[in-house]
Amino acid sequence: MENIKLECRNITKTFGKVYANRNCNLDVRKGEILAILGENGSGKTTLMNMVAGIYFPDEGQIFVDGKEVVIKSPKDAFEHKIGMIHQHFKLVNVFSATENIALGVDDGKRYNLSRISKKVIEITQRYGFIIDPDKKVHDMSVSEKQTVEIIKVLYRGADILILDEPTAVLTPQETEKLFNVLRRMREDGKSIIIITHKMHEVLSISDRVAVLRRGEHIGTVNTAEANESLLTEMMMGEKVSLNINRSEPKDSVDRLMLCGVTSVNEEGRKILDNISFTAKSGEILGIAGIAGSGQRELLEAIAGLHHLSEGTITYIDPKTEKEENLRDKSPIQIRDLGVRLSFVPEDRLGMGLVGNMDIIDNMMLRSYSKGKSAFLQRKEPKDLAERIINDLHVSTPGATTPVRQLSGGNVQKVLVGREIAAAPSVLMAAYPVRGLDVNASYTIYNLLNEQKERGVAVIFVGEDLDVLMELCDRIMVINSGRVTGMVDGRTAKKDHIGLLMTKSVEGEE
Amino acid sequence: MVAFLVSAIRLGMMLLFGSTGETITEKSGHLNLGLPGVMCVGASCGCYAEYIYLSSCGENVIPVLAVLIPMLATFIGGAFMGLIFSFLTVTLRANQNVTGLALTTLGVGISDYMIDKTGDIYIKGALYFKASLPIADKLGWFGKVFLSHGILTYLAIVVALVTAFVLNKTKLGLHLRAVGENPGTADAAGINVLKYRYLATCIGGGIAGFGGLSFVMDYLNGNWEYVIDDIGWLAVALVIFTVWKPNLAIFGSLIFGGLYVASSYISGISFAGKELFKMLPYIVTIVVLIFTSMRSRKKNQPPESLGINYFREER
Repeated sequence: MENIKLECRNITKTFGKVYANRNCNLDVRKGEILAILGENGSGKTTLMNMVAGIYFPDEGQIFVDGKEVVIKSPKDAFEHKIGMIHQHFKLVNVFSATENIALGVDDGKRYNLSRISKKVIEITQRYGFIIDPDKKVHDMSVSEKQTVEIIKVLYRGADILILDEPTAVLTPQETEKLFNVLRRMREDGKSIIIITHKMHEVLSISDRVAVLRRGEHIGTVNTAEANESLLTEMMMGEKVSLNINRSEPKDSVDRLMLCGVTSVNEEGRKILDNISFTAKSGEILGIAGIAGSGQRELLEAIAGLHHLSEGTITYIDPKTEKEENLRDKSPIQIRDLGVRLSFVPEDRLGMGLVGNMDIIDNMMLRSYSKGKSAFLQRKEPKDLAERIINDLHVSTPGATTPVRQLSGGNVQKVLVGREIAAAPSVLMAAYPVRGLDVNASYTIYNLLNEQKERGVAVIFVGEDLDVLMELCDRIMVINSGRVTGMVDGRTAKKDHIGLLMTKSVEGEE
Repeated sequence: MVAFLVSAIRLGMMLLFGSTGETITEKSGHLNLGLPGVMCVGASCGCYAEYIYLSSCGENVIPVLAVLIPMLATFIGGAFMGLIFSFLTVTLRANQNVTGLALTTLGVGISDYMIDKTGDIYIKGALYFKASLPIADKLGWFGKVFLSHGILTYLAIVVALVTAFVLNKTKLGLHLRAVGENPGTADAAGINVLKYRYLATCIGGGIAGFGGLSFVMDYLNGNWEYVIDDIGWLAVALVIFTVWKPNLAIFGSLIFGGLYVASSYISGISFAGKELFKMLPYIVTIVVLIFTSMRSRKKNQPPESLGINYFREER
């Protein structure tokens, strides 16, 4: 085919034993916008990182303008006129836009900021950016920072631009502006690759769509011939049966009620937007959504760790049946009220456990204030630690082993075990099986199921739809901080959930 | 009053060496708290070189060499301290604060040892350093305040101005600041973080060393009797006081120099009072810190990754 600017042939990349990409084939033409679509962890970013020189492929070839190239570093990528705009901006805060753009560019000319800024203005006018070259990065909005990143790449003369989820941090208006800029670049003959999981964006901007699923390239279709349901089907694939035991919920009563919960971040963007739902005792409520849709903030809000601007969180005490308002109470107040809320944070060693302390000490983090005397009581936590090690089959040399030395699965078990030991009435678990192998995952599922049978209201945030559909009684789908649907875990269709996860928020009734 | 200004300028300029050197170091993201040690080692190396040169030449001393040889030795000594610091923190990944404080202890110890080697020879050497323009005497107070100093005093201003220019107006400076602010970004932009950190720390150490040499030769007139680490701490404070700007440091150093020597020129202060007076620069620094933190203006903040080691794998 003529006009192919960049081609990836049979690219394979593994991390440990896991395939991040397997035999991926991809090509981009001159003057087109290619969208790469896929779920979390489907290998979109990894594949592009290999083109941009962050990773090096284990197998496969990359061709630019028909010639095979070897890209070992971002510098090599720039030599082949490939530039990537990462999700996390690489900018120096105290520098102006121009200084950031000039950084590391060696064009052999004398360093002169006004010359560079003239060239920057030239680029901005050509593509319709709006930016003040003298503005310092720390005074910029997210969208302005992104603009600087894009200009940085253009300044270095890139012909192939890769944007990793560029709209994740933008408002709809900013997104529209960005798309206009991208269209102009396309007219200018640039090749643009945009990584995304937002369906409506794919349909509105791209010329072709490449779909990845579990590291494999499923296919590339012309956008004009595609529609939402076709793409969702390609993205989600067939349902996989996992055989997780799921019992019918018994004696379900309302336990936790959220009403109109809203939270706004520093930039004024809504992280949580008018979320209302009810978690019932004796059932597992799954929360599905693209990573960063507000799952973490939602759980933190319930646990009292995240400030809300609007909405109420009401908890019904199982013993007294009294309603308690959790909003704006500190985590300790929430506990003191008798509201037993156990929280398994996303980052198991970051928030839940202290890596350098042993299992007993980590148990004590939850119980140290219960003791009466001035000295720590080590007996109870020690018993608890040993009980968890036995019950959950934690493989460890002993209860005094620093948690950091345990494998991921065992760390997870310790963390979940400790939270369960507090005999909670609401148990929230965010990504409790992340990074675990199949057997360890099942142990966690069984633990959650056990809790459900004891009448605990379990809230489970997961990333694997198959698991959510086998484990949960109800699944709530959130998208950009909004609830886009509540489906029954027993009857839900995978592509339906996928559609709820990715469909445009604006497109709702 | 004239005598006060003269010694304020003299002390201020040696602080300026220290703070310029430390600013270069800190702009690369290295918080070298070994600065007092660096200055002590710089002074020791310079003085020892002077000692060797003067005692080997006897009467046939070439004045230019009597100044240049110690300066070279000082630079090498200071740069070597910077090299130790960089090796420990960059290559061996040691904690910067701990490394810096260890270097201070080491440097003070070395200079303590060198003091014993003094004698008249340093006083003789100091004469070469203090040689000033002959017209200075003829211009009354103006000549005395501004022209009566030795070469190092003027060099301090030149070095500070050149540093300010390099930092703000050249690509080299841009890259150095990027390394200190956000090494990950600099690395991604193709800048060799390791090289910049090593070089900045060594050059900064060498420049700071001149401060020590200047203190012994210009301020103490070669009459070296006590350990001089307190001017090192003063220089560290000066970096903060002047919010990491070498051109501002020229004026800041005069204020610090003035405050430090003021007690000697005000009659009727007890010994304890003098020591209290010497604390003023530190108090001023704390006040400046309070103000800059309260206003929290980004441009007056230390380099963002100051004191944080950079390893690429942790990206």
